[in-house]
Amino acid sequence: MNSQTFAKITMRVYLALFLAYMLLPLAIMGGAGLNNTRFPSVYPWVGITDRWFVDLWNDQRMWGAVRNTTWVALAVVAISVPIGTAAAILLNSVKPKVRSFLYGFMVAPILTPGAVIGISTLLFWNSFGVSAGLYLSVLGQVSFVAAYVMLLVLARLQSFDPGLEEAALDLGASHGQVIRRILVPHLYPAIGAGAIIAFFQSVENFNVTLFTRGNSDTLTVYVGSKIRSGITPTINALALLLIIVTVICAVIYEILRRRAERRAAALVATED
Amino acid sequence: MQELIRRYGISLSVIMAAMTAFWLLALVVIPNLVLFKFSFRLYLPVDQLGGPNDVYTLKNYVTFFNSPIHINVFFLTIVYSSLVTLICLIITYPLAYILAKVLKPTDTATFFLVLLIPLWVSEILRSFAWFIILSMQGPLNAILTGIGLIDKPIRWISGFQSVVIGLVYAYILFMLFPIYNAIQALDTNQIEASQDLGASTWRTHWRVVIPHAKPGIASGCVMVFMLCAGSVVVPTTLASTNSRWFTEIIQQWMFEGLDWNVGSAYAFLLLALCILFVSLVMRVLNVRLVDIAK
Repeated sequence: MNSQTFAKITMRVYLALFLAYMLLPLAIMGGAGLNNTRFPSVYPWVGITDRWFVDLWNDQRMWGAVRNTTWVALAVVAISVPIGTAAAILLNSVKPKVRSFLYGFMVAPILTPGAVIGISTLLFWNSFGVSAGLYLSVLGQVSFVAAYVMLLVLARLQSFDPGLEEAALDLGASHGQVIRRILVPHLYPAIGAGAIIAFFQSVENFNVTLFTRGNSDTLTVYVGSKIRSGITPTINALALLLIIVTVICAVIYEILRRRAERRAAALVATED
Repeated sequence: MQELIRRYGISLSVIMAAMTAFWLLALVVIPNLVLFKFSFRLYLPVDQLGGPNDVYTLKNYVTFFNSPIHINVFFLTIVYSSLVTLICLIITYPLAYILAKVLKPTDTATFFLVLLIPLWVSEILRSFAWFIILSMQGPLNAILTGIGLIDKPIRWISGFQSVVIGLVYAYILFMLFPIYNAIQALDTNQIEASQDLGASTWRTHWRVVIPHAKPGIASGCVMVFMLCAGSVVVPTTLASTNSRWFTEIIQQWMFEGLDWNVGSAYAFLLLALCILFVSLVMRVLNVRLVDIAK
């Protein structure tokens, strides 16, 4: 065996090990949701059961948490997508100096620990007499989720030809039409991706929610308190369901992304 | 701004500016200023608010500097967050290089598609997964005793080892993606030229690939360090009594001590630590904020 094939094999092994490292823990956790043991485990394997799913189904607190999580996530999408998009458009049409100044403030929330965002949101709104609750979780989450949307839209704006807007204005289009018919259609893929990422960032969020939620539960907080207060495989059953949902969403996201890419490639081909 | 108005008209421009202003002022800047202000005030009963005791003071910070335990936890949080960042960097750099420059692009795309699953599963579940694996009767001990590597089960969840394992697993992808993006943008011809001119593999990486990957490395390090130092979920799931994390102390002040003023002082220390780390990385690697946050 020469050194080159050896290097190739080493690389393949490294990649395979990394994939196994990333996926096996999830498989073990999900698998434990099917195992008929009191403490979540895959070893020893006792037999497949659906009792943890039945337990989960009958858990009223879980359903409340699901409802809360959905509402919070939808609210975060509804607020952060318009804000992030507007901020990106604004950023794209100001002078370079102002641009880098504003940019710093806009990306700061991404680099701020969630606990700090949560506490500062709580204190700020408390000083107006708004006490902790899920609406504060929404506002806290928006502060950094909007930054992700802004970055996605900003990247998409790089490939936008402002000449199209000039042409439309010269031909007598109104400002509203320029946005509706020219700018926004170009931004659709970024806005769509931004909405999906915003939704997931919100569903996943723990740190900001923990400090702002008051007494309400979201799914992550529910899981967190279950882990602390006594572990049963119902959490694993829930984890398995969440992983399945994640896989489905990831596939949909990827299909949309590839379709957008193909369209862009086709467009370039026709322009040539 | 004139450019914006010319294109989209005055009313739409005002709406967009107002939305941006609401975000940056009401959700980002002012809440942090309020946090800062709060950290210099005392926690007082309602009837004393506005009274002679309601003054600006450094007392909350003095509480921190007078507590050797808290200083120790703060210090250990920094040390172990740096360690996790370093481990992630060492594991992902070769990986990012292989994915960007060795593997066929279609294979790389499939690889990343599979990685979307652990990326999108909540971090609380990712640390819970390791809680199961590392538990006394868990699969890891079963395998190790099964193949005869150890005689009796090891208590994995003890000290900082389980926290480090959990943090690496939870945040390693935030290191992989930016480094991959940076290396991918490097012209492969440069690597080949370096090899043709007789540079060793190490030298090629040191002089050609790593300098080009610097913004990605900076971005990954900043993200991973920040996520580690600010992590609440992983330490609460995987830490034991002899390994406490700084965020746990913040939580204690906020929820158990119910002293939000000391809590905000501690939160501000965490924020200051992250700002310091970002500026340090930017200085050492000589990159700008635009390169880090992409």
